[in-house]
Formats: sequence, C-alpha cells, structure tokens
Amino acid sequence: MFLSMNWIGDFVDLSDLDRKSLIHNFTLSTAEVEDIIERGSDISGVVVAKILSVENHPESKKLHLLKVDKGDEVVDIVCGAPNVREGMKVALATVGGRVGEITIAPRALAGYTSYGMCCSEAELGISDDHSGIVEITEDAPLGTDIKDIWDIDDIIFEVDNKSLTNRPDLWSHYGMAREFATLTGRELKAPELLDVAQFDGLPAVEVDVRATELVYRYTAIKVKNVTRKISPANMRIRLYYCGSRAINFLADLTNYVMMELGQPMHAFDNAKVDKIEVQTFPEGLKFETLDGVVRNIDENMLMITSGNEPVAIAGVMGGEASKIEDNTTSLLLESATFDGISVRKTTTRLGLRTDASMRYEKMLDPELCRVATERLLKLLCDNDEGCEVISSFSDAYVKHYPTITLDFDKRYVDRYTGIDISSDRIMTTLTALGFGMTRDGDKFTAVVPSWRATKDVTIKADIIEEITRIYGYDNFEIFTAESPLLPVRKEILKSNEDRMKDLLVKSYRMHEVHSYIWSDMQKNKELGIATPDNVRVINAQTPDHSVLRVSMIPTLLSFVKDNRSYAESFGIFEIGHTVCGLRENGECDEQNKLGAVFFSKADSEEAVFLKARDAALELCTDILHKECEFVSAECDFDFEHPVNSFDITVDGVKIGYLSVPHPTVLENIDKKCAASFFEIFTESFSKVTAGAVKYKEPSKFPAIDIDITFAANIGEIVFSRLLTAATSAAGDILAGVTLKDTYQDGDTSTVTLRFSFISNERTLTKQELSPATDAICEALAKLGMTVR
Amino acid sequence: MKTRIEELRARFNEALGAAADSAALENLRVEYLGKKGHVAALMQGLRDVSDKREAGQLINSLKTEVETAIAEAGEALRAAAVAARIRSAKKYNPTLRGAEELGSYHPITLATREVEEVFISMGFTIENYDEIVDDYKCFEALNIPKHHPARDMQDTYYLDNGQLLKTHTSAAQNHIMKKYGAPLRAIFPGRCFRNESTDACHENTFFQMEGMMIDENISISNLIYFMKTMLSEVFKRDVKVRLRPGFFPFVEPGFELDINCEICGGAGCPSCKNSGWLELCPCGMIHPNVLSEGGIDTEKYSGFAFGLGLTRLAMMKYGVKDIRDFNSGSLKALSQFKSI
Repeated sequence: MFLSMNWIGDFVDLSDLDRKSLIHNFTLSTAEVEDIIERGSDISGVVVAKILSVENHPESKKLHLLKVDKGDEVVDIVCGAPNVREGMKVALATVGGRVGEITIAPRALAGYTSYGMCCSEAELGISDDHSGIVEITEDAPLGTDIKDIWDIDDIIFEVDNKSLTNRPDLWSHYGMAREFATLTGRELKAPELLDVAQFDGLPAVEVDVRATELVYRYTAIKVKNVTRKISPANMRIRLYYCGSRAINFLADLTNYVMMELGQPMHAFDNAKVDKIEVQTFPEGLKFETLDGVVRNIDENMLMITSGNEPVAIAGVMGGEASKIEDNTTSLLLESATFDGISVRKTTTRLGLRTDASMRYEKMLDPELCRVATERLLKLLCDNDEGCEVISSFSDAYVKHYPTITLDFDKRYVDRYTGIDISSDRIMTTLTALGFGMTRDGDKFTAVVPSWRATKDVTIKADIIEEITRIYGYDNFEIFTAESPLLPVRKEILKSNEDRMKDLLVKSYRMHEVHSYIWSDMQKNKELGIATPDNVRVINAQTPDHSVLRVSMIPTLLSFVKDNRSYAESFGIFEIGHTVCGLRENGECDEQNKLGAVFFSKADSEEAVFLKARDAALELCTDILHKECEFVSAECDFDFEHPVNSFDITVDGVKIGYLSVPHPTVLENIDKKCAASFFEIFTESFSKVTAGAVKYKEPSKFPAIDIDITFAANIGEIVFSRLLTAATSAAGDILAGVTLKDTYQDGDTSTVTLRFSFISNERTLTKQELSPATDAICEALAKLGMTVR
Repeated sequence: MKTRIEELRARFNEALGAAADSAALENLRVEYLGKKGHVAALMQGLRDVSDKREAGQLINSLKTEVETAIAEAGEALRAAAVAARIRSAKKYNPTLRGAEELGSYHPITLATREVEEVFISMGFTIENYDEIVDDYKCFEALNIPKHHPARDMQDTYYLDNGQLLKTHTSAAQNHIMKKYGAPLRAIFPGRCFRNESTDACHENTFFQMEGMMIDENISISNLIYFMKTMLSEVFKRDVKVRLRPGFFPFVEPGFELDINCEICGGAGCPSCKNSGWLELCPCGMIHPNVLSEGGIDTEKYSGFAFGLGLTRLAMMKYGVKDIRDFNSGSLKALSQFKSI
C-alpha cells in the first residue's frame, strides 16, 4: 500500500520534521516500509502561463507556434500537443527549469526556437496521461509556480501489506496519521465532516438486511444534482501517487474516502438503484461486475440487490448495470460493514481481490460507516456546490462488537517488558492511540477504541505491544533471564541419530542426503519398484507425489541411479521420517528410519553386501555396545533380494533389515553394478538398553592361538551360535574365536577358525588345551561342523 | 712372555684391520677374548713365568686394548651400515595422491548442529517431533483461528486420514509444553511442508528450528538478549539486532527480528534489499492462549518463542543459491559438505 505524507499531513502537522526519518521509525514501531519515493523533486521552474496565440507551423502538420504569457514575459514556444488553444492556461516549463530528465533550454525545433515547454500530466509525473498538455482551471496569477497550486511535491512510502494483516485501522491515511501523531507526540486533527443528523427529517432509504449473520452494518444515503465530472487536481494527484487511477468525480470520491479513512464505499446510480436488500441466493446466479466480467455467484456469496435484482457482490465489486456513468446526476451511497471471513471466502472462490475486499478481510470497524459517509458528503458538497442530499442517513446496524475494557497495572507491564516504563508514559501512549484511559495510581483501565476492537486488541498482552512498540525496541535495555540453569536432558533418539551420522560419514565415508516424505511413483516405476500403498496427500502438486513413503530405500536407490557416474563406488544414507500405515486411533504410524545404500561398479556384490553388513554391525557395537544378529528372513518389500534378505535383531528384537536389491531393480540402476542396503528403525534401535563397559583384568601370561579347519555349509553357519557353543564347551580359558578363512570348491566347503586361549594364572601349553579343543569340536559337530 | 705378548698384539692389529664386517669382528673377539682364546692362553702361561706381577699387568692391558678396539670397530661398522641405508633410501612423494573420498554431512545437519551447540551451552534441551500432526497441534493450539488463510489448501498439505504435514515447527509447542511444563527451555529443529511450487527460492519441504523459554518473569528484554547472544554465536560476530512489530497469532507481542547485514556492513546491498538489515527470524512473547492450551499457568509464567529458518541459514552460510539442491540427492552438490 502506498501512502502520501502530504495526505497524512492533513491530520497531523509534521512539516517541520525530517519526514524520512519518521518513516524509518514507523518501520520499527508499526509496520515495514518497503520503499520511499520522492515525488516532484525532478520538477522545477514550471509556472502557470497563458497561450496568447496559436499558429500552425508552416512545414509541420503536428507542430504549433505559440506566444505564451508567463507573467513577466511573453515567450515563443514550439509545441506538438494536439489540444493547444488560444486563451488556454497551461503549465509552462521555463528556461532553466527541469522536468524529469529534461533541463529546459532554448531549443531549435524545425527552424524555430522554443523558449520553454508546455507540459502534459505525464511529464509532470501526476498521471499517465500524455495525450495532450495539461489545462489549468484554478484561478491563479500567471507566473505562479505550479507547485504553489498543485501538491506535486510529496513523499510516498510503500508499506508491506502483509505486515498490516492484523490492523484494519492502518489501511487508511487517517489511521497512519494517528500512528505518526503518537510517535511524535503531536495532535491528531479530526477530518472535516458533514453531520448527517441534519437530514433526519428526510425520507429514509429502504434497507433490508436479510443475511443478518454476514452483515454488521449497512448504511445508505441519497444525493441528487451532482454535476461535477472531473475531480480537483490535488485529489487526482493523491490518488495517482497512491496507486489508483482517476475515473470520474464520484468514483474518485469513494476511492479517496476509502484511502483516507479505510472504509470502502460504493456509489450506485440512484436512477437504477433506489432501495437495498442484502442477501444470499441459495440457487446461485450469474452476475456481471463493473469490470465487464460475468461471474458465477454461489449460495454462500453475499449480494446487494435492489428489488431483488443483484447490483453488487457485497464488499467486493459493484455491478456493470448500476455503475456510475458520465450522465449520472443522482446517487445512492453505500457505506457498510460485511463479515470479513465471508468476503475473504468470496474473493478466494471468485479469484477476485479488490481494494475494498482486502480491507473487509481485516475486519473493519462498523463505527466507520457513518464517519465515512459524512466525510464523503463534505468533500462532495465542497467541490460540487449544487448537489443536494435527498434522504436521511439510513442505518441498519445489525451487529455490534462488544466494548472491550482491559484492567492492568504497572507491575504487569514491568514483568512483561523486563524494563521500567513509567506510568505517565503508559498513559500518554495509550491515550494518543485512542484508548479510553483511566488511572488510579499504578492501576489502569483501558477501553479499546472501536477501530482496534474488531479482533486486534482483546487481551492484556495486546496492550503490552502498544506500549512497547511506541517506546521503541531499540530503546530496551537487555538482560539475561534469572532462571536457574538446569542440566540439559538429551533425547536418546536424537543423540543416537547424530552418532549414526558420524559413524557412517567418518568410518564408512558415506554421503548424507535428504529427500521427500512422499514416494516418487514415477521414479519407483523406472526402477521397477511398485510403490507400496500408504497414507496419501490429498492435495499433492502431482499425483506421482501423493503416497507417503513407508521405507527410505526406494528414493535412495533412485538417488544411487542418478549418481551412478559420480564415482566408481560410494554410499549414501538418509535419516528421516516414514509412515507405516495408520495406528488404531486413525493417526499415521510415523517412524524414524535410517536408510543406507552402498554401490559399486568395481566390487563384487558379496563384497558390497559385507561392507553394508559391517556398517550395520558397527552401528550396534559402537552405539549400543551390543552385537546385532543377522537372521535370514522373508522380504518385506519387492525391491529386496529374495535370497539375501536378513532381519537385523538386537536382544531378539528386530531393529532393521539388510539386503541387496532385487536383480530387476539392480539392472534398472545400472547394467553392471552391485549394491546393498540396510534400514535401521531408529526408534526401536533407541529402545535397546545399551551394554555397559565391563573391565577385565588383563592376563600377565601369553595367549595361545589354535587354528582348526571344519567342513561345514558356510551359508548355514550362524556365527553367534557357534561362538556361544564354543565358549560353553571350553570354559573361561577361551578368550575369543575369529574367522581365519573360508574355502569353497564345488560341494566341499570348509571354514577355518582361530581359537584364542589364555589363563590368568599361568602360561598355557598346547598339550593341556587338547581337552578344551576336543570339547569345542564336539560342540560344533552338533552344529553340523566336522573337523577335517 | 713379553715377546709373546708383543707378537700377539701385532697379530691382533693386523687381523682387526682385515675384519670387514660384524661376523669377522665376532670371530676375532672369540679368537682373542673367548674362553679358549689367545688372551686366556696367555693367562694360563702365567704359571711358568717368574715375574707374575709384571706379566699379569701386561696381559691385562692387552686384554683391555683388544676389548676397546673390537667395540670401536663394531661401532664404526654399524655407523657405516646406517649411512649406507640412508644413502640408498627411496625418496617418497607426499604430493601424489589418489581419489580416496571423504564422507559428507548434509548441509542442514551441519547448520543444525552449529545452532544446537549454542543452545545446549545455554541450557536448552533438543526435542524431536513428528512431521505429521493434526489440525489442533498445527493451528488450534497456536491460536490460529478457523478460516485463517494459513489453513487454506494452497498452503497446507492435508492427508487422507485427516491429518496434515506440519507447516511450521511451532506445531511442536503444545506437545513440548505438555511434556515438560514450566519452567522450560527447549529447541526443536524439524522438517516443515508448504504446498507451493518449487523454484530456486522456494521448496515445499524445508527445515526450521523453533525455540521456547518459559519461566516466571520472562520478558521482552530477555527475548532480545537471548536472540542477540544466540545469533552472535551462530554468526561468530557481534551481531546487531533490531525488532519490528510482526503479526503471528501465537505470539503477543510478535516481532520480526533483523540482523545487520554483514555483506554491505549496513550501507545497503541487494542481499538486504538496500536496507542494511536482513530479516532473519520471527519471534515474540508466547500468546497467553497458547500457554493455556499447553497447560501453563499464564498468571505465573510467561515465555518467548522464536523460529529460525535452518534451510535459509544454511543457504546464507554456504552460499547455496538454489534451494532445490538440498533435496536433490546430487552428490556433486552434497559431497562438498565435509565433516566438522
């Protein structure tokens, strides 16, 4: 929204202050100023002048040779405007003056010298009109500087609309003037009004509000004998500077009052609209708005009708049929308050936002209806003396906002601010902002002004904002809190996930990636993965992104495919949220998971698989101090390999799975590659009780290693079971078992194990270990391993 | 006897000169100093000598002489061997290296950790929270009324079970207040979702970090202090902050917090839209309705809350120009973020 400092100046005198620094303060205390534009600074030496004579240029069809009286001198002007006329008063840029980029100097034009330039409105920067030169109708002596009669000089500032969403009162110059008056401690002048009480004896306008739940107030008044067509220059300049286009006097007036006071108004041609109903149409209808578009009106949209004939969409836009035309002389003036939510819904459904609807959405103050009417009538009568009010001010005040009274004391303010703002200052600030204040020592009662009481200020905390923003946050002394410092509790899930990232990045040189919470069905399809059905987003950007992910792996596999030329071998992982269907209460079963994929174009699939195994194993031993088990299991998903899929368990609880891609998926990633992946359910993982470190006194005697080779089916060995069997067979002296070698040739396969023995009491000899090794061999034989 | 000693000395010196390696030297030692060696033989011959004392002294001095000479020669041989090893050593080249790659963290992880560390040091706990929440958590409990534009379909992803993808980390406020009660200080980083089309500056999936501090007498003055301290630590400089009124339904008063632009030093540049200030985090005093919904006694307690755009912070910190790089999975982009 654009605001004019001149206009604000009508209500608060800021002429002796640095207005730009005021605007800066405004950003800090009220709303964000996005831009400051100085108007008129590029216009100088333009005076009121009169065309004494007009001659056609002998050789040019367009150019005219003028004698122009600029008060102190008659000068020759060569002018190309089509609307020059003898006796016309014009805005003449004189030699030495400046208009925009042009500095005026005597200039030869088609053989004649021109000592100045007659300006168009566009050249003066006061409108877009460059169809001809501007005609001055004001009564001013020749030679008068144009800036003495027209407010060309102005400072315009643009406020971010978003920062005003909660302040309906600031969608107006008058509301802004109140802020500036409060900030500078100056008096706020009331706008000049025409009291409508004087028309009470006249016949009323018939106003029938039927949809009472969507209307706060509807007022109307009729005026006849309006003759003026074009608005006064200064009114047009202000409208233009504030981003509006001058249309005709009546339309301009309604816009002007809206920008001045914040109340949208609508002028109907009284010849076409004589009475008013406010209602909705259960069947809907088609309606042509004054922009010439035919719109579909549904059953929820509030309409203004006259004799049940629709004439306007309430709070949004008037109708084509009843709009003000050039020959309109009488009008029915609407000033109303509609329900903001209803207006917003209507504009959303119609895709039509207007200056009026934007204001209604913010919940306008119904008290404004009468003030705005009185202001418009004052401006109308001052500028069009023949006009006459022919009805009473007809007022259907359907719903009132309650008066809000807030009690608080200085202690409350001190506690909330943390600083000492004096009681006097609290009184001055709130009084200037329009609060009805009473004070008893350090206790205050504030009656919220009607323009802040529609939703903005409702509780004590809202008062704090009013006091502090005017006090200025830059003026706050800042202190740390006096709260006791307590030990920081760290969530185990969070800390585990952090440690997982560290381990995978540092020990396995993996790359952490992020993706989306939904599956990419298209990419899954490219990999030959059927997206598992799951909870859906109902308003996804594309249907391909509507199903939430149940596993981290498919997206990671498609990332692997995207990156397959990045390096010969690499690994990626992501820790994120997945959704595993619905819980019994109907809510999503959200589960955090770590997904990791290793990829290689150089290594065998088994090597890549074992690397993934190592990483999964190490996550458990490093973070949980517990070894996990890999248990051959059925596939959970179709992208897993039917043979090489394993559950990862700790203490018998499944915390994830390890697998290699299904051959079809793998082939879709790359013709020649190997990959393996695992997923860890980080919440289940974090529920495992971590093993404690148990110290064992180191033996002073050397260990003895004995290697034994067994014939065994390698695929069926479960190492942890083997370990348990050997330990219980050999007793305490068995310190460890490690895999030395495996060998496979056709049907024969062997495994060589190294058994380490140690005693705390003495140096062991090989001979005395033979009972232990015999026991081990016997135990392992029961697991299908025979000594070779 | 004397003559025998002199002869033996001459022979030894000759043999020592000829001993070229440590084996020859060892042989020499055995030959002269061994149990059956020459010196021992002389000692035995002492029985037949009249002046035992003089002869004994001569033999002992020969023995010492031989011992010393052998030790010295051994030392010289070892030194020569080390020198030869050094002369023949291979010169290594540390400048030649292969393409062994380090792992990498996601830039959001790096930015999050940095901010978390600052808050842990100030006594804040770090909380996890769901990405899928209900209308109550995301809006109702945060004083965002029905019909508020933020609830529109164009802003929020709704799910077919009636839940939604959280649009802001504030959705965790209610949960955390109920979990801990007052006093409380916590931060909760998390992923948020907005239903909008993506471009270089917009993502439908991004990270925020929310923070709350609730206690008796928490004030606006405390809020500014904590924001300034936290941001100075994050940016590793003494940042200037400024607060402007900002409207968010879940705080009252609400602020937009700006920090002074370091790129231009406050003079104005494209990054700060010529204002000298960068809009960084919305914050404010927690709205009494929000505290009440969280079961906190508003007469006794007050608090502040703030939201920090982690994705934006990471973009600023690392100079990432296209927000879509974060979720692209492209290792060309992401592998650059090495460990901390």
